[in-house]
Amino acid sequence: MTAEEFNAQLGLCQFLPGPNVVNLAVIVGKRYQGWRGALVAPLGLLTGPVLIVLVLARLYDHYGALPQVQSLLRGLAAVGCGLLFAMAWRMARAIPQKRVFWPFTVFTVSALALLRWPMPGVMAAGLLVSSGVAYWMLGRK
Amino acid sequence: MILITLFFEFAGLSFVAFGGATALLPELHRVTVDHHHWLDDTTFTHLYAIAQAAPGPNVLVATLIGWEVAGLWGALAATLGLCLPMSVVIYGLVNRWERYSGQRWQQAIRLGVAPLAVGLVLSGATLITQAADFQWGAWAIVGITVMLNLRYAALHPLWLMAAGALIGLGGGL
Repeated sequence: MTAEEFNAQLGLCQFLPGPNVVNLAVIVGKRYQGWRGALVAPLGLLTGPVLIVLVLARLYDHYGALPQVQSLLRGLAAVGCGLLFAMAWRMARAIPQKRVFWPFTVFTVSALALLRWPMPGVMAAGLLVSSGVAYWMLGRK
Repeated sequence: MILITLFFEFAGLSFVAFGGATALLPELHRVTVDHHHWLDDTTFTHLYAIAQAAPGPNVLVATLIGWEVAGLWGALAATLGLCLPMSVVIYGLVNRWERYSGQRWQQAIRLGVAPLAVGLVLSGATLITQAADFQWGAWAIVGITVMLNLRYAALHPLWLMAAGALIGLGGGL
């Protein structure tokens, strides 16, 4: 697989819903070994990490109540949030026509984080309008 | 019974997870904490922190939630629920999608999804800060992480996580 092909596939996976890497594994697996590859690739990708995380889960069940552990996890969560905010900023910067499309970001955050509306409806409505606007703009050029 | 609920809740989520499991955090929180009361806020943020630090894809947060809700089978049901439906759809869709690549409607969807994906990531981060009830120390870590991550792209996030964990362990956040 060439780098361009890989990037194209990754682009597809990043934009489709579902876990990106799992989707990518399905596509790469299918490409080389048909349905067997599509089955084995994600399994191979997930088995190790799942086992590790299950060990961590057991540790958490035993020691999670300790104040030191809680504080450690809080530190991790804080870093995690920082990374998410940074990622959101980078993604937002990469969006073309910011004045047209950033309002959809504001809409999503208001609906989900502030109003706590269910995500499927919010996404369906947002996607319909936002893609509609994009479709119209593409036609104007 | 709870296994079936778990599987279908997560399977439903997989179809709106634009941007992967990270984008799902708001909805995972709504379903598992607000709606089903399977977890409380604190446990949810703890599981997020563990998944974030563990090696492997982000989807593992589902594995952890499943484990806390219903043990080993719960972990498998939640993970499969999140991974399987979209995998099947993609398996069937990938060739057709490539054939239409570059068409106007496909570009439009691509453009339209992006701002929503940003909103999902922002919402997830916001919800974690609310659920974790951050004090000033934790907020300082959030701010410093954002700065360092944007400024020094080469700095691997694992270093930041290690630092955050150590500060937490030592300082009592």
